[in-house]
Amino acid sequence: MKHLNAIFEGLGSAVMLAYRAFVSLPSAPRIIKRVVEQAFIGGYNTLPIVAMLSFFIGAELALQSGISLQNFGAKQLIGTLVGESLVRELGPVMVAIMMAGRVASATTAELASMKVYQEIDALETMNIPPERFLVLPRLIAVLLYMPVLTMIGIVIGWFGGAVVCEYVNFIGVDSEQYFHSLTQFMTMSKVFDGLIKAEIFGFCVILIACNTGLRTRGGPREIGFAVTRSVVLSLISILILDYFITKALAL
Amino acid sequence: MKKTCSSQDRSDRSPVGVEVAGLSKNYGTQTVLKDVSLSVKPGEIFVIMGPSGSGKSVLLRQIAGLETPTAGTARINGLDPTDPGTRDRFALALVFQAGALFNSLSVYDNLALYPLEHRLCPKPQIRERVMRALKILSLENAAKKFPSELSGGMKKRVAIARALVMEPQLLLYDEPTSELDPVMSATISEIIATLKQEFQVTSIVVSHDRDLAFTIADRVAILMKGSLRTVSTATELRGVTDPDVVDFLNPQIDLKNPRYQKLEAL
Repeated sequence: MKHLNAIFEGLGSAVMLAYRAFVSLPSAPRIIKRVVEQAFIGGYNTLPIVAMLSFFIGAELALQSGISLQNFGAKQLIGTLVGESLVRELGPVMVAIMMAGRVASATTAELASMKVYQEIDALETMNIPPERFLVLPRLIAVLLYMPVLTMIGIVIGWFGGAVVCEYVNFIGVDSEQYFHSLTQFMTMSKVFDGLIKAEIFGFCVILIACNTGLRTRGGPREIGFAVTRSVVLSLISILILDYFITKALAL
Repeated sequence: MKKTCSSQDRSDRSPVGVEVAGLSKNYGTQTVLKDVSLSVKPGEIFVIMGPSGSGKSVLLRQIAGLETPTAGTARINGLDPTDPGTRDRFALALVFQAGALFNSLSVYDNLALYPLEHRLCPKPQIRERVMRALKILSLENAAKKFPSELSGGMKKRVAIARALVMEPQLLLYDEPTSELDPVMSATISEIIATLKQEFQVTSIVVSHDRDLAFTIADRVAILMKGSLRTVSTATELRGVTDPDVVDFLNPQIDLKNPRYQKLEAL
Protein backbone atom coordinates (compact mmCIF):
# COMPACT_ATOMS: atom_id res chain seq x y z
CA MET A 1 0.00 0.00 0.00
CA LYS A 2 2.85 2.33 0.94
CA HIS A 3 4.58 1.69 -2.41
CA LEU A 4 1.33 2.19 -4.30
CA ASN A 5 0.84 5.53 -2.57
CA ALA A 6 4.38 6.55 -3.49
CA ILE A 7 3.79 5.61 -7.14
CA PHE A 8 0.57 7.67 -7.36
CA GLU A 9 2.18 10.54 -5.47
CA GLY A 10 5.10 10.57 -7.89
CA LEU A 11 2.80 10.31 -10.89
CA GLY A 12 0.62 13.14 -9.61
CA SER A 13 3.55 15.42 -8.92
CA ALA A 14 5.02 14.70 -12.38
CA VAL A 15 1.72 15.64 -14.03
CA MET A 16 1.52 18.82 -11.94
CA LEU A 17 5.12 19.65 -12.79
CA ALA A 18 4.40 19.32 -16.51
CA TYR A 19 1.28 21.44 -16.10
CA ARG A 20 3.12 24.18 -14.20
CA ALA A 21 5.93 24.14 -16.75
CA PHE A 22 3.59 24.52 -19.72
CA VAL A 23 1.53 27.19 -17.98
CA SER A 24 4.65 29.35 -18.26
CA LEU A 25 4.89 28.63 -21.99
CA PRO A 26 4.03 32.24 -22.92
CA SER A 27 7.41 33.20 -21.45
CA ALA A 28 9.14 30.82 -23.90
CA PRO A 29 10.91 33.60 -25.86
CA ARG A 30 12.76 34.43 -22.64
CA ILE A 31 14.17 30.93 -22.33
CA ILE A 32 15.37 30.37 -25.92
CA LYS A 33 19.00 30.56 -24.82
CA ARG A 34 18.46 27.87 -22.19
CA VAL A 35 16.52 25.68 -24.65
CA VAL A 36 19.47 25.82 -27.08
CA GLU A 37 21.87 25.05 -24.22
CA GLN A 38 19.80 22.03 -23.16
CA ALA A 39 19.45 20.84 -26.75
CA PHE A 40 23.24 20.97 -27.03
CA ILE A 41 23.80 19.10 -23.74
CA GLY A 42 21.07 16.53 -24.29
CA GLY A 43 21.01 16.16 -28.05
CA TYR A 44 24.34 17.05 -29.57
CA ASN A 45 26.45 15.51 -26.80
CA THR A 46 24.43 12.28 -26.89
CA LEU A 47 24.77 11.93 -30.66
CA PRO A 48 28.13 10.04 -30.75
CA ILE A 49 26.89 7.39 -28.30
CA VAL A 50 23.57 7.04 -30.13
CA ALA A 51 25.42 6.74 -33.46
CA MET A 52 27.76 4.04 -32.18
CA LEU A 53 25.02 2.10 -30.43
CA SER A 54 22.65 2.30 -33.41
CA PHE A 55 25.32 1.12 -35.82
CA PHE A 56 25.96 -2.02 -33.79
CA ILE A 57 22.26 -2.65 -33.15
CA GLY A 58 21.64 -2.53 -36.91
CA ALA A 59 24.65 -4.76 -37.52
CA GLU A 60 23.61 -7.27 -34.83
CA LEU A 61 20.05 -7.32 -36.11
CA ALA A 62 21.22 -8.03 -39.67
CA LEU A 63 23.54 -10.77 -38.44
CA GLN A 64 20.91 -12.51 -36.31
CA SER A 65 18.16 -12.20 -38.88
CA GLY A 66 20.58 -13.33 -41.59
CA ILE A 67 21.29 -16.55 -39.67
CA SER A 68 17.59 -17.19 -38.98
CA LEU A 69 16.17 -16.21 -42.38
CA GLN A 70 18.80 -18.33 -44.16
CA ASN A 71 17.01 -21.43 -42.83
CA PHE A 72 13.80 -20.35 -44.56
CA GLY A 73 15.49 -19.15 -47.72
CA ALA A 74 14.25 -15.63 -47.06
CA LYS A 75 17.59 -13.80 -46.82
CA GLN A 76 16.37 -11.12 -49.21
CA LEU A 77 14.00 -9.89 -46.45
CA ILE A 78 16.85 -8.91 -44.08
CA GLY A 79 16.52 -5.28 -45.17
CA THR A 80 12.80 -5.21 -44.42
CA LEU A 81 13.29 -6.81 -41.02
CA VAL A 82 16.16 -4.52 -39.97
CA GLY A 83 14.43 -1.44 -41.36
CA GLU A 84 11.09 -2.02 -39.67
CA SER A 85 12.56 -3.17 -36.37
CA LEU A 86 14.68 -0.06 -36.12
CA VAL A 87 11.96 2.37 -37.19
CA ARG A 88 9.10 1.00 -35.15
CA GLU A 89 10.80 -0.38 -32.07
CA LEU A 90 14.52 -0.50 -31.51
CA GLY A 91 15.39 3.00 -32.73
CA PRO A 92 13.06 4.94 -30.42
CA VAL A 93 13.53 2.54 -27.49
CA MET A 94 17.33 2.46 -27.65
CA VAL A 95 17.62 6.23 -28.00
CA ALA A 96 15.25 6.64 -25.04
CA ILE A 97 17.34 4.21 -22.99
CA MET A 98 20.44 6.20 -23.87
CA MET A 99 18.61 9.34 -22.80
CA ALA A 100 17.67 7.73 -19.48
CA GLY A 101 21.25 6.67 -18.82
CA ARG A 102 22.95 9.82 -19.91
CA VAL A 103 20.64 12.86 -19.89
CA ALA A 104 18.10 11.87 -17.23
CA SER A 105 20.79 10.91 -14.73
CA ALA A 106 22.65 14.19 -15.29
CA THR A 107 19.43 16.21 -15.08
CA THR A 108 18.35 14.56 -11.83
CA ALA A 109 21.81 14.97 -10.31
CA GLU A 110 21.85 18.67 -11.23
CA LEU A 111 18.35 19.47 -9.97
CA ALA A 112 18.73 17.32 -6.84
CA SER A 113 21.95 19.08 -5.89
CA MET A 114 20.27 22.45 -6.57
CA LYS A 115 17.50 21.36 -4.21
CA VAL A 116 19.84 20.09 -1.52
CA TYR A 117 22.05 23.18 -1.67
CA GLN A 118 19.02 25.54 -1.52
CA GLU A 119 19.42 26.93 -5.05
CA ILE A 120 15.78 26.02 -5.72
CA ASP A 121 14.75 27.90 -2.57
CA ALA A 122 16.77 30.87 -3.79
CA LEU A 123 14.88 30.80 -7.11
CA GLU A 124 11.57 30.68 -5.27
CA THR A 125 12.39 33.64 -3.05
CA MET A 126 13.41 35.52 -6.21
CA ASN A 127 9.98 34.62 -7.59
CA ILE A 128 11.50 32.77 -10.51
CA PRO A 129 9.48 29.55 -10.84
CA PRO A 130 11.85 26.55 -11.14
CA GLU A 131 9.30 25.04 -13.53
CA ARG A 132 9.87 27.91 -15.96
CA PHE A 133 13.57 28.38 -15.35
CA LEU A 134 14.72 24.76 -15.15
CA VAL A 135 12.01 22.38 -16.37
CA LEU A 136 10.40 24.07 -19.38
CA PRO A 137 13.68 24.59 -21.32
CA ARG A 138 14.52 20.90 -20.86
CA LEU A 139 11.07 19.74 -21.96
CA ILE A 140 11.03 21.97 -25.05
CA ALA A 141 14.59 20.94 -25.91
CA VAL A 142 13.85 17.22 -25.68
CA LEU A 143 10.78 17.61 -27.90
CA LEU A 144 13.02 19.29 -30.47
CA TYR A 145 16.02 17.00 -30.47
CA MET A 146 14.47 13.61 -29.71
CA PRO A 147 13.00 13.01 -33.23
CA VAL A 148 16.21 14.24 -34.84
CA LEU A 149 18.37 12.02 -32.63
CA THR A 150 16.09 9.03 -33.25
CA MET A 151 16.05 9.53 -37.01
CA ILE A 152 19.83 9.78 -37.11
CA GLY A 153 20.05 6.63 -34.97
CA ILE A 154 17.67 4.75 -37.26
CA VAL A 155 19.54 5.70 -40.44
CA ILE A 156 22.92 4.77 -38.90
CA GLY A 157 21.39 1.46 -37.77
CA TRP A 158 20.28 0.79 -41.33
CA PHE A 159 23.84 1.36 -42.52
CA GLY A 160 25.12 -0.94 -39.76
CA GLY A 161 22.90 -3.66 -41.21
CA ALA A 162 24.12 -2.88 -44.73
CA VAL A 163 27.77 -3.22 -43.69
CA VAL A 164 27.10 -6.68 -42.22
CA CYS A 165 25.19 -7.80 -45.31
CA GLU A 166 27.97 -6.54 -47.58
CA TYR A 167 30.97 -7.91 -45.69
CA VAL A 168 29.79 -11.05 -43.85
CA ASN A 169 30.19 -13.76 -46.43
CA PHE A 170 27.70 -16.38 -45.26
CA ILE A 171 24.79 -13.90 -45.38
CA GLY A 172 25.42 -13.23 -49.00
CA VAL A 173 23.10 -10.27 -49.52
CA ASP A 174 24.64 -7.20 -51.14
CA SER A 175 23.83 -3.73 -49.88
CA GLU A 176 21.83 -2.88 -53.00
CA GLN A 177 19.51 -5.82 -52.34
CA TYR A 178 19.40 -4.92 -48.67
CA PHE A 179 18.32 -1.32 -49.29
CA HIS A 180 15.86 -2.39 -51.96
CA SER A 181 14.18 -4.73 -49.46
CA LEU A 182 14.37 -2.06 -46.75
CA THR A 183 12.67 0.66 -48.78
CA GLN A 184 10.15 -1.66 -50.45
CA PHE A 185 7.88 -1.87 -47.37
CA MET A 186 8.93 1.31 -45.61
CA THR A 187 6.27 4.02 -45.46
CA MET A 188 6.24 7.51 -44.02
CA SER A 189 3.53 6.52 -41.53
CA LYS A 190 5.83 3.85 -40.04
CA VAL A 191 8.60 6.43 -39.63
CA PHE A 192 6.10 8.86 -38.15
CA ASP A 193 4.90 6.22 -35.65
CA GLY A 194 8.50 5.67 -34.55
CA LEU A 195 9.09 9.37 -34.10
CA ILE A 196 5.87 9.76 -32.09
CA LYS A 197 7.14 7.03 -29.78
CA ALA A 198 10.49 8.79 -29.46
CA GLU A 199 8.81 12.10 -28.59
CA ILE A 200 6.69 10.50 -25.85
CA PHE A 201 9.64 8.54 -24.42
CA GLY A 202 11.91 11.58 -24.41
CA PHE A 203 9.29 13.80 -22.79
CA CYS A 204 8.54 11.24 -20.06
CA VAL A 205 12.21 10.54 -19.36
CA ILE A 206 13.01 14.24 -18.87
CA LEU A 207 9.83 14.84 -16.87
CA ILE A 208 10.68 11.95 -14.53
CA ALA A 209 14.26 13.22 -14.23
CA CYS A 210 13.15 16.76 -13.35
CA ASN A 211 10.42 15.60 -10.98
CA THR A 212 12.74 13.21 -9.13
CA GLY A 213 15.42 15.88 -8.86
CA LEU A 214 13.08 18.56 -7.55
CA ARG A 215 11.50 16.18 -5.02
CA THR A 216 14.85 15.30 -3.45
CA ARG A 217 15.01 15.92 0.29
CA GLY A 218 17.91 15.64 2.70
CA GLY A 219 21.64 15.72 2.15
CA PRO A 220 24.18 14.84 -0.55
CA ARG A 221 23.58 11.09 -0.08
CA GLU A 222 20.04 11.58 -1.36
CA ILE A 223 21.38 12.93 -4.66
CA GLY A 224 22.80 9.51 -5.51
CA PHE A 225 19.55 7.78 -4.52
CA ALA A 226 17.58 10.26 -6.62
CA VAL A 227 19.71 9.56 -9.70
CA THR A 228 19.25 5.80 -9.32
CA ARG A 229 15.51 6.22 -8.79
CA SER A 230 15.23 8.48 -11.82
CA VAL A 231 17.06 6.08 -14.18
CA VAL A 232 15.14 3.02 -12.96
CA LEU A 233 11.78 4.80 -13.21
CA SER A 234 12.66 6.07 -16.69
CA LEU A 235 13.58 2.58 -17.93
CA ILE A 236 10.41 1.05 -16.49
CA SER A 237 8.28 3.84 -18.00
CA ILE A 238 9.88 3.41 -21.43
CA LEU A 239 9.03 -0.28 -21.54
CA ILE A 240 5.50 0.13 -20.18
CA LEU A 241 4.75 3.07 -22.48
CA ASP A 242 6.22 1.18 -25.43
CA TYR A 243 3.59 -1.53 -25.08
CA PHE A 244 0.66 0.87 -24.84
CA ILE A 245 1.85 3.20 -27.62
CA THR A 246 2.48 0.25 -29.94
CA LYS A 247 -1.01 -1.01 -29.18
CA ALA A 248 -2.56 2.42 -29.71
CA LEU A 249 -0.71 2.98 -32.99
CA ALA A 250 -1.67 -0.48 -34.26
CA LEU A 251 -5.38 0.22 -33.83
CA MET B 1 21.64 52.17 -2.75
CA LYS B 2 20.45 54.51 -5.49
CA LYS B 3 17.55 53.12 -7.44
CA THR B 4 18.30 53.17 -11.16
CA CYS B 5 15.23 51.66 -12.75
CA SER B 6 11.75 50.99 -11.58
CA SER B 7 10.83 47.58 -10.26
CA GLN B 8 7.70 46.10 -11.76
CA ASP B 9 4.58 47.25 -9.98
CA ARG B 10 6.52 48.33 -6.93
CA SER B 11 5.66 51.99 -6.86
CA ASP B 12 4.62 51.57 -3.22
CA ARG B 13 7.99 51.54 -1.49
CA SER B 14 6.66 52.21 1.99
CA PRO B 15 8.32 50.12 4.72
CA VAL B 16 7.11 46.57 5.23
CA GLY B 17 6.09 44.99 8.53
CA VAL B 18 6.05 41.31 9.48
CA GLU B 19 3.58 39.66 11.81
CA VAL B 20 4.07 36.15 13.14
CA ALA B 21 1.16 34.79 15.18
CA GLY B 22 1.06 31.51 17.08
CA LEU B 23 3.38 29.86 14.59
CA SER B 24 4.33 26.22 15.11
CA LYS B 25 6.25 23.95 12.79
CA ASN B 26 6.55 20.18 12.99
CA TYR B 27 8.59 17.85 10.81
CA GLY B 28 6.91 14.50 11.31
CA THR B 29 6.78 14.00 15.06
CA GLN B 30 9.52 16.54 15.74
CA THR B 31 8.36 19.99 16.86
CA VAL B 32 10.82 22.65 15.76
CA LEU B 33 8.84 25.82 16.50
CA LYS B 34 6.27 26.14 19.28
CA ASP B 35 3.66 28.90 19.24
CA VAL B 36 6.01 31.70 18.17
CA SER B 37 4.46 35.17 18.00
CA LEU B 38 6.37 38.31 17.15
CA SER B 39 5.95 41.52 15.28
CA VAL B 40 8.62 43.24 13.18
CA LYS B 41 7.91 46.91 12.66
CA PRO B 42 8.33 48.51 9.23
CA GLY B 43 11.91 49.63 8.62
CA GLU B 44 13.19 47.82 11.69
CA ILE B 45 16.33 45.70 12.05
CA PHE B 46 15.17 42.66 13.96
CA VAL B 47 17.79 40.14 15.03
CA ILE B 48 16.85 36.59 16.00
CA MET B 49 19.45 34.89 18.18
CA GLY B 50 19.54 31.51 19.82
CA PRO B 51 21.61 28.37 20.22
CA SER B 52 22.19 26.07 17.23
CA GLY B 53 19.13 23.95 16.50
CA SER B 54 16.72 26.33 18.21
CA GLY B 55 14.67 26.83 15.01
CA LYS B 56 15.91 30.26 13.90
CA SER B 57 16.45 29.32 10.24
CA VAL B 58 13.16 27.40 10.18
CA LEU B 59 11.37 30.52 11.42
CA LEU B 60 13.06 32.54 8.67
CA ARG B 61 11.85 30.02 6.05
CA GLN B 62 8.25 30.42 7.27
CA ILE B 63 8.55 34.22 7.01
CA ALA B 64 10.06 33.88 3.52
CA GLY B 65 7.13 31.71 2.49
CA LEU B 66 9.35 28.76 1.59
CA GLU B 67 7.40 26.50 3.95
CA THR B 68 3.87 26.47 5.30
CA PRO B 69 3.56 26.54 9.10
CA THR B 70 1.91 23.57 10.82
CA ALA B 71 -0.13 26.04 12.86
CA GLY B 72 -0.34 29.81 13.09
CA THR B 73 0.56 32.38 10.46
CA ALA B 74 3.35 34.56 9.14
CA ARG B 75 2.25 37.69 7.29
CA ILE B 76 4.08 40.45 5.42
CA ASN B 77 2.02 43.63 5.58
CA GLY B 78 -0.94 41.35 6.22
CA LEU B 79 -0.26 39.23 3.13
CA ASP B 80 0.63 35.55 2.93
CA PRO B 81 4.34 35.12 1.99
CA THR B 82 3.72 31.72 0.38
CA ASP B 83 1.81 33.59 -2.34
CA PRO B 84 4.32 34.46 -5.10
CA GLY B 85 2.46 37.74 -5.58
CA THR B 86 3.42 38.82 -2.06
CA ARG B 87 7.10 38.01 -2.61
CA ASP B 88 7.07 39.88 -5.91
CA ARG B 89 5.27 42.90 -4.51
CA PHE B 90 7.82 43.48 -1.77
CA ALA B 91 10.83 42.02 -3.63
CA LEU B 92 11.51 39.81 -0.66
CA ALA B 93 15.15 38.69 -0.57
CA LEU B 94 16.72 35.97 1.51
CA VAL B 95 20.45 35.62 2.05
CA PHE B 96 21.04 31.93 2.67
CA GLN B 97 23.60 30.70 5.18
CA ALA B 98 25.65 28.86 2.55
CA GLY B 99 24.98 31.45 -0.16
CA ALA B 100 22.81 29.21 -2.39
CA LEU B 101 24.48 30.65 -5.47
CA PHE B 102 23.67 29.12 -8.84
CA ASN B 103 26.75 27.05 -9.60
CA SER B 104 26.21 27.02 -13.34
CA LEU B 105 26.18 30.83 -13.52
CA SER B 106 29.02 33.30 -13.10
CA VAL B 107 28.94 35.76 -10.22
CA TYR B 108 27.74 38.49 -12.61
CA ASP B 109 24.96 36.27 -13.97
CA ASN B 110 23.93 35.28 -10.44
CA LEU B 111 23.40 38.93 -9.62
CA ALA B 112 21.77 39.85 -12.93
CA LEU B 113 19.35 36.93 -12.88
CA TYR B 114 16.57 38.61 -10.89
CA PRO B 115 16.33 41.86 -12.87
CA LEU B 116 16.75 39.98 -16.16
CA GLU B 117 14.09 37.38 -15.39
CA HIS B 118 11.66 40.03 -14.17
CA ARG B 119 12.63 42.42 -16.98
CA LEU B 120 13.11 45.27 -14.54
CA CYS B 121 15.55 47.35 -16.58
CA PRO B 122 17.38 47.50 -19.88
CA LYS B 123 20.64 45.51 -19.87
CA PRO B 124 23.02 48.51 -19.46
CA GLN B 125 21.15 49.59 -16.33
CA ILE B 126 21.16 46.04 -14.98
CA ARG B 127 24.91 45.99 -15.51
CA GLU B 128 25.25 49.26 -13.64
CA ARG B 129 23.14 47.94 -10.79
CA VAL B 130 25.09 44.68 -10.59
CA MET B 131 28.49 46.38 -10.70
CA ARG B 132 27.45 48.78 -7.93
CA ALA B 133 26.38 45.89 -5.70
CA LEU B 134 29.66 44.09 -6.41
CA LYS B 135 31.60 47.24 -5.54
CA ILE B 136 29.80 47.65 -2.21
CA LEU B 137 30.85 44.11 -1.25
CA SER B 138 34.41 44.55 -2.68
CA LEU B 139 33.77 41.91 -5.31
CA GLU B 140 34.53 43.82 -8.53
CA ASN B 141 37.21 41.33 -9.54
CA ALA B 142 34.99 38.33 -8.98
CA ALA B 143 32.33 39.19 -11.58
CA LYS B 144 33.51 36.63 -14.11
CA LYS B 145 34.28 33.89 -11.61
CA PHE B 146 32.03 30.93 -10.92
CA PRO B 147 30.84 30.07 -7.39
CA SER B 148 33.11 27.01 -7.29
CA GLU B 149 36.11 29.34 -7.57
CA LEU B 150 35.11 31.42 -4.53
CA SER B 151 35.93 31.01 -0.84
CA GLY B 152 33.11 30.52 1.68
CA GLY B 153 33.26 34.16 2.74
CA MET B 154 33.19 35.40 -0.84
CA LYS B 155 30.15 33.24 -1.57
CA LYS B 156 28.40 34.85 1.37
CA ARG B 157 29.26 38.33 0.06
CA VAL B 158 28.01 37.43 -3.42
CA ALA B 159 24.75 36.20 -1.87
CA ILE B 160 24.34 39.55 -0.10
CA ALA B 161 25.18 41.41 -3.32
CA ARG B 162 22.55 39.34 -5.14
CA ALA B 163 19.99 40.38 -2.53
CA LEU B 164 21.00 44.05 -2.87
CA VAL B 165 20.45 43.92 -6.65
CA MET B 166 16.84 42.95 -5.96
CA GLU B 167 16.34 46.28 -4.12
CA PRO B 168 14.15 44.52 -1.57
CA GLN B 169 11.73 46.03 0.92
CA LEU B 170 12.14 43.04 3.19
CA LEU B 171 15.57 41.46 3.51
CA LEU B 172 16.05 38.24 5.45
CA TYR B 173 19.55 37.15 6.42
CA ASP B 174 20.48 33.68 7.62
CA GLU B 175 23.79 33.99 9.48
CA PRO B 176 25.15 36.79 7.26
CA THR B 177 28.43 37.15 9.12
CA SER B 178 29.38 33.52 9.67
CA GLU B 179 32.61 32.55 7.87
CA LEU B 180 33.53 36.23 7.45
CA ASP B 181 36.51 38.01 8.94
CA PRO B 182 35.83 40.78 11.52
CA VAL B 183 36.35 43.57 8.97
CA MET B 184 33.91 42.07 6.49
CA SER B 185 31.46 41.30 9.32
CA ALA B 186 31.54 44.97 10.26
CA THR B 187 30.97 45.91 6.60
CA ILE B 188 27.91 43.64 6.44
CA SER B 189 26.57 45.21 9.63
CA GLU B 190 27.08 48.65 8.08
CA ILE B 191 25.27 47.59 4.90
CA ILE B 192 22.28 46.33 6.89
CA ALA B 193 22.17 49.59 8.86
CA THR B 194 22.55 51.71 5.71
CA LEU B 195 19.71 49.92 3.95
CA LYS B 196 17.52 50.78 6.90
CA GLN B 197 18.58 54.43 7.10
CA GLU B 198 18.46 55.25 3.40
CA PHE B 199 15.76 52.97 2.02
CA GLN B 200 13.76 51.91 5.09
CA VAL B 201 14.41 48.27 4.23
CA THR B 202 13.03 46.00 6.93
CA SER B 203 15.68 43.45 7.91
CA ILE B 204 15.31 40.23 9.84
CA VAL B 205 18.68 38.80 10.73
CA VAL B 206 19.29 35.33 12.13
CA SER B 207 22.70 35.41 13.73
CA HIS B 208 24.98 34.18 16.49
CA ASP B 209 27.01 37.37 16.17
CA ARG B 210 26.52 39.32 19.40
CA ASP B 211 28.48 42.30 18.06
CA LEU B 212 26.10 42.58 15.11
CA ALA B 213 23.05 42.23 17.35
CA PHE B 214 24.16 44.75 19.92
CA THR B 215 25.43 47.25 17.34
CA ILE B 216 22.70 47.48 14.71
CA ALA B 217 19.59 45.70 16.00
CA ASP B 218 16.55 47.75 16.90
CA ARG B 219 15.25 44.71 18.72
CA VAL B 220 16.58 41.26 19.46
CA ALA B 221 14.56 38.06 19.89
CA ILE B 222 16.00 35.07 21.68
CA LEU B 223 14.70 31.72 20.47
CA MET B 224 15.43 28.61 22.50
CA LYS B 225 14.23 25.06 21.80
CA GLY B 226 11.65 26.41 19.37
CA SER B 227 10.10 28.90 21.80
CA LEU B 228 10.53 32.62 21.96
CA ARG B 229 12.14 33.54 25.30
CA THR B 230 12.37 37.29 25.00
CA VAL B 231 12.03 40.18 22.57
CA SER B 232 13.71 43.39 23.64
CA THR B 233 16.07 46.14 22.59
CA ALA B 234 19.80 45.45 22.82
CA THR B 235 20.02 47.67 25.90
CA GLU B 236 17.15 45.92 27.64
CA LEU B 237 18.67 42.56 26.74
CA ARG B 238 21.70 43.26 28.92
CA GLY B 239 19.36 43.44 31.91
CA VAL B 240 17.47 40.20 31.20
CA THR B 241 17.54 37.80 34.16
CA ASP B 242 16.42 34.56 32.45
CA PRO B 243 19.38 32.26 33.32
CA ASP B 244 19.28 30.44 29.95
CA VAL B 245 19.39 33.73 28.05
CA VAL B 246 22.17 35.04 30.31
CA ASP B 247 24.16 31.81 29.77
CA PHE B 248 23.66 32.04 26.02
CA LEU B 249 24.72 35.69 25.79
CA ASN B 250 27.64 35.38 28.21
CA PRO B 251 29.10 31.91 27.83
CA GLN B 252 31.80 31.13 30.38
CA ILE B 253 34.59 28.70 29.75
CA ASP B 254 34.90 26.77 32.98
CA LEU B 255 37.76 24.29 32.87
CA LYS B 256 36.48 22.66 36.07
CA ASN B 257 33.28 21.73 34.23
CA PRO B 258 32.83 17.92 34.22
CA ARG B 259 32.59 18.10 30.40
CA TYR B 260 36.24 19.19 30.14
CA GLN B 261 37.35 16.65 32.73
CA LYS B 262 35.87 13.90 30.57
CA LEU B 263 37.81 15.24 27.60
CA GLU B 264 40.99 15.24 29.65
CA ALA B 265 40.40 11.60 30.54
CA LEU B 266 40.37 10.79 26.84
